[in-house]
Amino acid sequence: MAEFRMPSLGADMESGTLVEWKVKPGDRVKRGDLIATVETVKGAIDVEVFQAGVIEKLLVEPGAVVPVNGLMALLRGEGEPEPVSPPPAPAAPAAAEPVRHLRASPAAKRMASELGIDLGQVHGSGPNGAITLGDVQAAAVGAPPAVPPPAPRPRPVDAAAAMRGAIAAAMSRSKREIPHYYLATDVDFGRAQSWLEQQNVKRPVTDRLLPVALLLRATVVALAEVPELNGTFTDGAFHQSQTVNLGVAINLRGGGLIAPAILEAQRLTVSELMARLMDLVARTRSSALRSSELGSGTLTVSNLGDQGVGLVFPVIQPPQVAMVGFGRITHRPWVLDGHVEPRPVVTASLAGDHRVSDGHRGGRFLAAIEKLLLEPEKL
Amino acid sequence: MTSQELDQSVRAALSDVAPEADLSTLKASVAFRDQLDLDSMDFLRFVVALNQRLGVEVPESDYARLTTLDACVTYLADHGAHP
Repeated sequence: MAEFRMPSLGADMESGTLVEWKVKPGDRVKRGDLIATVETVKGAIDVEVFQAGVIEKLLVEPGAVVPVNGLMALLRGEGEPEPVSPPPAPAAPAAAEPVRHLRASPAAKRMASELGIDLGQVHGSGPNGAITLGDVQAAAVGAPPAVPPPAPRPRPVDAAAAMRGAIAAAMSRSKREIPHYYLATDVDFGRAQSWLEQQNVKRPVTDRLLPVALLLRATVVALAEVPELNGTFTDGAFHQSQTVNLGVAINLRGGGLIAPAILEAQRLTVSELMARLMDLVARTRSSALRSSELGSGTLTVSNLGDQGVGLVFPVIQPPQVAMVGFGRITHRPWVLDGHVEPRPVVTASLAGDHRVSDGHRGGRFLAAIEKLLLEPEKL
Repeated sequence: MTSQELDQSVRAALSDVAPEADLSTLKASVAFRDQLDLDSMDFLRFVVALNQRLGVEVPESDYARLTTLDACVTYLADHGAHP
């Protein structure tokens, strides 16, 4: 009998609340099927199963708060006989009050919390029926609910404060456990910019590229040269990853940060990376991420340059061992063939983990990124 | 399309990109990227939304002309936007 347990959706997660089961006992599932929705401080996440089989028993009810790695369901493998003895008792008691399956942006949750609005009564107009800030505002000024308001309940947890607390806990752990070193280098982005302009003139608006697509691709390719930056440090040892699950730091409007991963990014072209990133950003902001996209990153990139930042000093996301930052692409004086001329320049930075690598190897990595961006057509 | 209709379409496209944004306080003559906290990817999605709503294909070289709500309305009127 296989066990389905609450996954860890990032270093900052301690528990999750089961919102909904998407399967019932007797259902046949295959690897990658979405079987549950779990509410975390980073929003509602669709959780996948990583084993094929038949759902034998669901052990927790919607509304239950389950710690990471807590037992949630039992699966019978293909060909495995039905059990004679009853399965074990639930690991976590069900909460008294089941919750409905709700998708809402963090900003909408915060406002609903502040205004005392029950999100269950709000119609969602966003992607996948997600409740947006506008929906909450509309509900706030709309007709009073048909039923009388419930008796006062304990003050709801502020979603934004919970996320801030989770980020602080993960980053404190990072700074406590990981001996960071920092490197940065300026990269001439002129050729890359010209290449992008040439590409975008030919492309329909739906297929256009942003500089970040080239920056991500260069990062992935450079990892092949310095693979010790790609992986995780767990149980006292570094585990190098054979695939690149490229975490991307995505800011949420109104505050907060989530870094889901583009899985197997080493297989993707520049155009494919761009499309995947667009999709990931939209789903991150509408609380429609999958469990496999969280907690599975092997290296994360922060592109704060888009917000006007010149140089990023990244804080590594445990259990990863490096993080890459890209600053703003801006015209600066640059010496080329003995002459000073204005060129678009981007500062690439790296935070590395001294338990696994050192500045020499980190420097090789940034040099590889620089070289790759000078020949964008080869990316 | 009238200027008012174009204004509504631009607001709708902005809402597609930033559904959480409160557009009622948007200042039409001030750059909206700063007002709405839009990054370059949001802006690209905005251009895609304009294309889907109004059939206008904005070349990248014209992005700098789409800074404010008013500027978008003028640009779209000049480029034959249709619903």
